[in-house]
Amino acid sequence: MVSRPESECGDVVKSIPMPTGKGAVTSTSGTVTDPVVTGIGVLAPTGAGVEAHWHAVLAGKSGISRINRFDPTSYPVRFAGQVPGFAAKDHVPGRLIPQTDHWTHLGLAAAAAALADARIDPAELPEYEMAVVTSSSSGGTEFGQHEMERLYLNGPSWVGAYQSIAWFYAATTGQISIRHGMRGPCGVLCCEQAGGLDALGQARRLLRTGSRLVVSGGTDASLCPYGLVAQLTNGHLSTVEDPARAYLPFDAAASGYLPGEGGAILVLESAAGAAARGMGHGYGIIAGYAAGFDPPPGSDRPPALRRTIERALADADVGPADVDVVFADGAGVPEADLAEARALAEVFGPRGVPVTVPKTLTGRLYGGGAALDVATALLSLCDSVIPHTAGPTHLAAGCEIDLVTDQPRDARLNTALVVARGHGGFNAALVLRRPEADRAEGECG
Amino acid sequence: MSEFTLDDLREIMRASTGVDEGVDLDGDIADVEFDDLGYDSLAVLELCGQVGRRYGVQISDDAASEMPTPARAVEFINTMVAKARV
Repeated sequence: MVSRPESECGDVVKSIPMPTGKGAVTSTSGTVTDPVVTGIGVLAPTGAGVEAHWHAVLAGKSGISRINRFDPTSYPVRFAGQVPGFAAKDHVPGRLIPQTDHWTHLGLAAAAAALADARIDPAELPEYEMAVVTSSSSGGTEFGQHEMERLYLNGPSWVGAYQSIAWFYAATTGQISIRHGMRGPCGVLCCEQAGGLDALGQARRLLRTGSRLVVSGGTDASLCPYGLVAQLTNGHLSTVEDPARAYLPFDAAASGYLPGEGGAILVLESAAGAAARGMGHGYGIIAGYAAGFDPPPGSDRPPALRRTIERALADADVGPADVDVVFADGAGVPEADLAEARALAEVFGPRGVPVTVPKTLTGRLYGGGAALDVATALLSLCDSVIPHTAGPTHLAAGCEIDLVTDQPRDARLNTALVVARGHGGFNAALVLRRPEADRAEGECG
Repeated sequence: MSEFTLDDLREIMRASTGVDEGVDLDGDIADVEFDDLGYDSLAVLELCGQVGRRYGVQISDDAASEMPTPARAVEFINTMVAKARV
């Protein structure tokens, strides 16, 4: 398992020092050291596949419905984002299905889609130059619950051998690595909802230290009684009965969030490597990244988010004025929303930049959430349109942000910031740049 | 209980651990190594667990190394079942 690079630093925020210099970076073009995203695989409540997801996001079509993986009647939370029409047998080799959790099925399917999208045949590339780094928050919860039921109903000999590998956070990374013959550096980041960005930060690091290609991003799926009960302990899940009003980030009526399953897997390559394959800048450039960790509860020190954002912008060598859109974390928890809105207002000025939270359509996907936000942000850059935040209607007092609501907003977009916060103090920020301007719109990817 | 057969094993293999694409479990698999059928040591361990629960016998983890092929597995399991019946 990869340790989170900054987590040992308390509330200290710093961007990861890179072995190669970035002196030539400008605000409009990447350098050879900036990785690009050449493939995206999406399995999300908004749709299976990039196109289905993006259409649903622009249409404000929610993937949230009553939980149907189990009977949620007796639980306080009954709505969640669930991937529509997913059958593991359509995507996962038969042998792997009983060995792996639903979350890994989603990850394997998304990884295969991302590689196909990037026009990569792993068999043609050196196996030790391909790496896999994913994000996971829950591990194989549903699989584990099933085995625990066998343990307490029948006894230890009924616990299957595959429990040993299926629950583990690194299972999805490992199965992707094995399936596609990728034997370069592999790891998993467990930073709750921030993990999707941290995985991409680690992927970028690997591209700068000898890996040719990194399969990264993440999925999560913890919609089983055990998983849901574990999530309930933080007190932040919304129990509002109306699925359209349960998750309203930055709204005066914010009541927490709804959970969801799925995520996105991305293929990252160096810009030079992608260009050599004729992929240009793909969907866009990962221009900057930073991570931070909040001080403990009760501390009088400020939260780490503002400095995390500032360090990510500095790492990308851009200023606040260069950022055209922010994909916010949008916890839906009033105090967390206020803290995030304040950080954004401090960096960009009050209502200084359009802000959006498309994840109201999916719920929070934990390990998969920020990776899906990055996929959505890249599509936004490519298509010059900011998807709106479905749900919120009245900003909470103190949230001085330009939240894009009601309908998508057309805009010339060069640079996007993705913000993610994970329960327990994790903060991460990632800066994305659209592909070079000489690529016509609609040619992304 | 009647004797444990290769077909019984096939059924458990299908149900418990799945089948690789390109592997025909109905073919002549008796003397093909589990490895070549796509079943690693963990898969054989899982098979043993399933057999053990279904037939009420205890098959130790070390037993996996004593059953490199389906034919040897059937032989070993029958020995265990016979012992359990005594």
